Amino acid sequence: MEILNEIKFTVPSLSVNESTARAVVSSFIVQADPTVEELSDIRTAVSEAVTNCIVHGYRNSQGNIEIVVRIMPNREIYIKIKDNGCGIADVQQAMQPLFTTAPEEERSGLGFSVMESFMDRLTVKSRVNKGTTVTMRKKLSVHGS
Amino acid sequence: MKINIKSENGTAIAVLNGEIDHHTAKMLRTELDKFVITMQPDVLAIDFSGITFMDSSGIGLIIGRYKLVKECGGQLEIRSPQPYIRRMMVLSGVERIVKII
Ligand SMILES: Nc1ncnc2c1ncn2[C@@H]1O[C@H](COP(=O)(O)OP(=O)(O)OP(=O)(O)O)[C@@H](O)[C@H]1O
Ligand SMILES: [Mg+2]
Repeated sequence: MEILNEIKFTVPSLSVNESTARAVVSSFIVQADPTVEELSDIRTAVSEAVTNCIVHGYRNSQGNIEIVVRIMPNREIYIKIKDNGCGIADVQQAMQPLFTTAPEEERSGLGFSVMESFMDRLTVKSRVNKGTTVTMRKKLSVHGS
Repeated sequence: MKINIKSENGTAIAVLNGEIDHHTAKMLRTELDKFVITMQPDVLAIDFSGITFMDSSGIGLIIGRYKLVKECGGQLEIRSPQPYIRRMMVLSGVERIVKII
C-alpha cells in the first residue's frame, strides 16, 4: 500500500530517549490531525515499546533502537520499533497481562496490554539473541477540525 | 520532572510535575522512599495534577509506593490525575487498591 509520509530514526538505548522517541513520533503524527486522545494513546504505546527495548532487550548491554512511523491512506498510523537485543523465548507468554521477568524492578507486566488496548493492532516478532520487533497500527478517527 | 514534598500534621503531599516514564521514575522513587522512610507519614498524598504523561512505569511506581507506605503504617492517596492519566490507573487496576481523589 502507498505510504503518504514516513520517518525513520535510530536512538541508542539510553533511558532519556524514551521521551525523545515520544516527542519525535508525536510531532510527526500531528500532520495526520489525531485527536488529543489518539495522540496520547500513540505516545503511550511508543513509550512502552521503547522502554521494553531498553529495560529488557538491552538489559546487560547497549544498542540501537530503530523506529519507523508511517502515515498510510485511510488515516492509518503504522509504527515499528525494533531492537537487536536478547529477544523473547516465548512471545505468547510475554504478552500475557501481568507477566514480567523483572518484578524486582517494579515492572508490572502491563506494557504489552497497554499497547494492545491503546492501538488497533499489535504484532511482536522475536528471536532469542537476535532481537525483537514490535509493529502497531492505529486508525485515526475522521473528525471535523 | 519535578517533585516537591510538604508535610503537615502527619499528612504529606508530594506534588509532581512533568512526565512519568522509566527514566524519570527512578528519581521519583528515590525521593519518595527517602521521605517515607524518614518521616513515616500517616498519609502520603501524591498530587498528579501536574503530570502530563504516564506509562506503565508510573503504575509500577504507584504500586511500589503503596506497598512501602503500607509497610510503614501509613496510607497512600492519589490526587487529581488528569482524565488520560486516570484512564491508565483504571486500565491497570491500581484504582482498585489505591484511593484516587
Ligand atoms: N524488547 C524486548 N526484549 C526482550 N524481552 C522483552 C522485550 N519486550 C518485552 N519483553 C519481555 O516481555 C515481558 C512483558 O513485557 P511488558 O512490557 O508487558 O511488561 P514489563 O515490561 O515486564 O512491565 P511494564 O511494562 O508493566 O513495566 C517483559 O517482562 C520481558 O520479559
Ligand atoms: Mg514493559
